[in-house]
Amino acid sequence: MRAVLAPEALEAIVDVLRRRDWRVIAPTVRDKAIVYGEIASATELPVGWKDVQGPGSYKLERRDDEARFGYAVGPQSWKRELLAPSVRLLQIKRTNGGLEPVKDAAETKRTAFFGVRPCEVAAIKIQDRVLIGGKYADEDYLQRRENSFVIAVNCGEPATNCFCASMGTGPKAEDGYDLVLTEVLDGTHRFVAEAGTDEGAELLAELPQQPAANADLAAAEKVTDAAREKMGITLDRSDVRELLQANFEHPRYDDVASRCLACTNCTLACPTCFCTTIDDANDLSGEADDRLRKWDSCFTLQYSEMHGGGTRKETKSRYRQWLTHKLSTWQDQFDTLGCVGCGRCITWCPVGIDIREEVAAIRATQEAKS
Amino acid sequence: MAQTLTETAGSLEAMTPVPYAVTAKRQDTYDTWTLELEPVDGAPIVPGPGQFNMLYAFGVGEVPISNAGNFETDERLVHTIRAVGSVTKALCAAEIGTVIGVRGPFGNTWPIVEAKGKDVVIVAGGIGLPPLRPAIYHVLKNRKDYGRFALLYGARTPADLLFLDEVKSWQCNYDVDLDMTVDAGDTDWKGKVGLVTKLIPPAEFDVDDARAFVVGPEIMMKFVAQELMNRDLPAESINVSLERTMRCGVGLCGHCQIGPTLICRDGACYTWDKVEKLLAVKEL
Repeated sequence: MRAVLAPEALEAIVDVLRRRDWRVIAPTVRDKAIVYGEIASATELPVGWKDVQGPGSYKLERRDDEARFGYAVGPQSWKRELLAPSVRLLQIKRTNGGLEPVKDAAETKRTAFFGVRPCEVAAIKIQDRVLIGGKYADEDYLQRRENSFVIAVNCGEPATNCFCASMGTGPKAEDGYDLVLTEVLDGTHRFVAEAGTDEGAELLAELPQQPAANADLAAAEKVTDAAREKMGITLDRSDVRELLQANFEHPRYDDVASRCLACTNCTLACPTCFCTTIDDANDLSGEADDRLRKWDSCFTLQYSEMHGGGTRKETKSRYRQWLTHKLSTWQDQFDTLGCVGCGRCITWCPVGIDIREEVAAIRATQEAKS
Repeated sequence: MAQTLTETAGSLEAMTPVPYAVTAKRQDTYDTWTLELEPVDGAPIVPGPGQFNMLYAFGVGEVPISNAGNFETDERLVHTIRAVGSVTKALCAAEIGTVIGVRGPFGNTWPIVEAKGKDVVIVAGGIGLPPLRPAIYHVLKNRKDYGRFALLYGARTPADLLFLDEVKSWQCNYDVDLDMTVDAGDTDWKGKVGLVTKLIPPAEFDVDDARAFVVGPEIMMKFVAQELMNRDLPAESINVSLERTMRCGVGLCGHCQIGPTLICRDGACYTWDKVEKLLAVKEL
């Protein structure tokens, strides 16, 4: 089911969803960045803003149009909503010398994610595999995921750090959404909408719309084609699994370790990084322990700490763990790549380390050797 | 609910510690204690040889500890714990009647049943003996089903040797070829001195029809595996148990990965051919 929506119809989307008592989370401008927050009106979207990104740099600038989605991804991802940074799994109470685990009631409110980029749709699919696709399903993630409703927005203006075309995850979402929009700025400002699920079609049916003509569909296709062309291929992922596992001892890791601060920014900004720790936190009475599941990062020394010290003491080992996991060993573990090409790890790295350059450097010297 | 995404078992039950009371406690060495545990309510969990549990000390935290029980005759959980960190110290300080939390069993099991009809070589280094104890008892109980049984046990000092009386009773009662050594002896030590790898060349087993089970510090397992392969025992016949930090035990937290494998999900028991290259990479 397809249709053409006027920009004003975005307000109807928010209205319809809020009348159902759903939360609507969307991009908004805060602290000079585009972040995800709950909105009550489509006027809270970053209308007329674009982002200028580079390795270790990000800034917002005004556009000369009224585009609603004229920017790429910001520092946050939808991971915040699905794999929340800190969640209390349960509480363990001390009772008469015994222990009593108490589980919290599950949150059941439906939440619409409005403005999910194709790379982020891909990231959600990857986290689904990791967190609910194995023998045990992370219950809190599953609950939030089952309550989610995904309104994807295809990309027309990738940032310089975007490389979804290299990873095969964008700039056009192929599946994994309830509703997908493509913003067309050429000619009349409009959105070409297509439902991906029955629920998406129900929402679309409630919106003021025009039928989608072939010219509209062609215009939408042109938007993503242009984005794909603009990005080009900047990371060669052919045989990257084998390449990286054959080069665990590559000297490039010494080079990158001399730049990497092990600050953890890349893992926190990454939409697929899923590592968490279990923190049993006492209250002051000493009678109850909160079992918290919190984001963790393989860049910290504590991450690999055992009796006798950390397994990965050197920054080099930690960067290697992250890079090889994303592009290589993730495939062994979960049968999918762990990178979607969103570019956040490049933009939000304080020293501008670029995963694409690191892989290219390893590939170049590996090929020279053979 | 909007959609059903998986029929998989939820993690919350697996993440919830079940109250177990300490029903017996024994000090094994200056830094190692063995706890016997029974559930406060309900039936006990039944681990297999090689599996581990997450043990929780209230207000301190949780650690993965191998099962050391004799599952052939006894339903009680047995864990032998070396007091090296805050959680293991709290667990070792538990008294009889103290209630701790248990999650599990997690991980895979030793292929000990599959070793039926073959010679068995057990190589343990220090605290590596308890994780092998359930497999040892399986062989002892079904002694006729197995060939020769070599138990090679090494520790840093005589004071670090565990379960000495028990080990000697296995030797006397079950036709076990026991050989022991310590890295450094003391004035009372009359046995061998040297690394446990020294016990491998003289050990009697048929390299074409044997299975080895090796647990100890990673460096010890590497040299033991090499020594076993020097005797032409294939890497596929050598089993080891790996250890890394674990937070969840159920494949979700990411901590226990070593290259392409998640230890809590795919291990902790591996054949040597699967891990030799990974352990050769420093800090992987």
